[in-house]
Amino acid sequence: MAVEGEVKLLGFWVSPFVFRVEWALKIKGVKYKYIEEDIFNKSTLLQELNPVLKKVPVLVHDGKAIAESFVILEYVDETWKQNPLLPQDPYHRAVARFWAKFAEEKILEGAWNALCSQGEEKQKALQQTIEAMEKIEGELEGKQQFFGGENIGYLDIILGWISYYLPVWEEVGSMQIIDPVKFPAITAWINRFLKHPVIKDTLPPREKMLVYFHQRSKALGSTSHG
Amino acid sequence: MAEEVKLFKTWSTPFGLRVVWALKLKGIQYDAIDEDLSNKSALLLQYNPVYKKVPVLVHNGKPISESLVILEYIDETWKQNPILPEDPLEKARERFWAKFNDEKLLPSIWDAFTKEGKEREEAIATSLENLKFVEEELKGKIFFGGEKIGLADLVFGWLANLICVFEEVTGFKIIDERFPVLLAWMQEFLELPIIKDNLPPHDKLVIKYQALYEKYHPAK
Repeated sequence: MAVEGEVKLLGFWVSPFVFRVEWALKIKGVKYKYIEEDIFNKSTLLQELNPVLKKVPVLVHDGKAIAESFVILEYVDETWKQNPLLPQDPYHRAVARFWAKFAEEKILEGAWNALCSQGEEKQKALQQTIEAMEKIEGELEGKQQFFGGENIGYLDIILGWISYYLPVWEEVGSMQIIDPVKFPAITAWINRFLKHPVIKDTLPPREKMLVYFHQRSKALGSTSHG
Repeated sequence: MAEEVKLFKTWSTPFGLRVVWALKLKGIQYDAIDEDLSNKSALLLQYNPVYKKVPVLVHNGKPISESLVILEYIDETWKQNPILPEDPLEKARERFWAKFNDEKLLPSIWDAFTKEGKEREEAIATSLENLKFVEEELKGKIFFGGEKIGLADLVFGWLANLICVFEEVTGFKIIDERFPVLLAWMQEFLELPIIKDNLPPHDKLVIKYQALYEKYHPAK
């Protein structure tokens, strides 16, 4: 039985959080209309659809808005049952959710802080991020193709930014987090993830990303001190 | 097959308390282990090696950490008295507000409690903005979950028993008459038997948070 209702996605061209939702929708073959939002000049539409946080992504399904990428992902998984993202078993679901939260707090935030800071602050952020990455490496050891098993799942999508954004941040921030010698499982996962037919055609342009994150890291770096 | 449920927590942690409420709501028998965080047990470190924090739920030997992850696990494992609705959109709403509490509201109020000077002023302003959103969400409802409590109520539940403690310790009333709907919710929530029968002792909380407050605001 087909799911009714028009699907729209409010996004920003370079947001890794928006890409999570696009990957999920595409994996499930859900047709959607993408609406670009300028987050530096927020529209009334965004303020209507996400009045509390005023951020993208916002998924609009049959006129109802859902915000926060983690929340949207679970909504998508529960609404469109084909190609399930989360496992069936409650314990395995809990494990996936646990690592998603961990990676968001320790790796994403850590890498971003490392990108936008200098000196001792940067070194500290880098060290914390690498330590956190070690735990994810441990999680991947002995797994099949992806965190989700044979196919891409919830945790692959949540961590997907590591495959494509993190190398850009490393370049912009003159730092190394993914050492292939230290993280062989993650390195192999990155290559498989980027080769996936849905993922490889759903990525932002790398050159534009380099320019964007260079500008952002400078802007945020100069305001974070003093 | 005998079922074994253990909950590692502390006597005062609001994150552990929300799990207690969920277990009680569903009538699940469990062993509570109150930890001393300055001297963590070997078992806790074994069950939560990543964060070394409470709460940790252990179900038939399998550990689950992070309170929101635990609450979803409990709801998916024991189906009676659900804390999440069936409808995916309503579920998304509960999860959004649970996240809002943990990532925005609670940290802003904690900053208002612990910081000084300009940072404190900013934290208070942010807390009030956050509380306004919560007030708006509650309008027209008894609980966040509607007629019955759900995930968001359990997660916001710390407001019902800890805000008065903060207010007593600091002498500053943050949830005042500007938030009539929230105040009414707090009263309704506290009147529920599974809540009021499962609260840490108020006097003990005041002593604890008074000591913490003095730590963050040393007398000059």
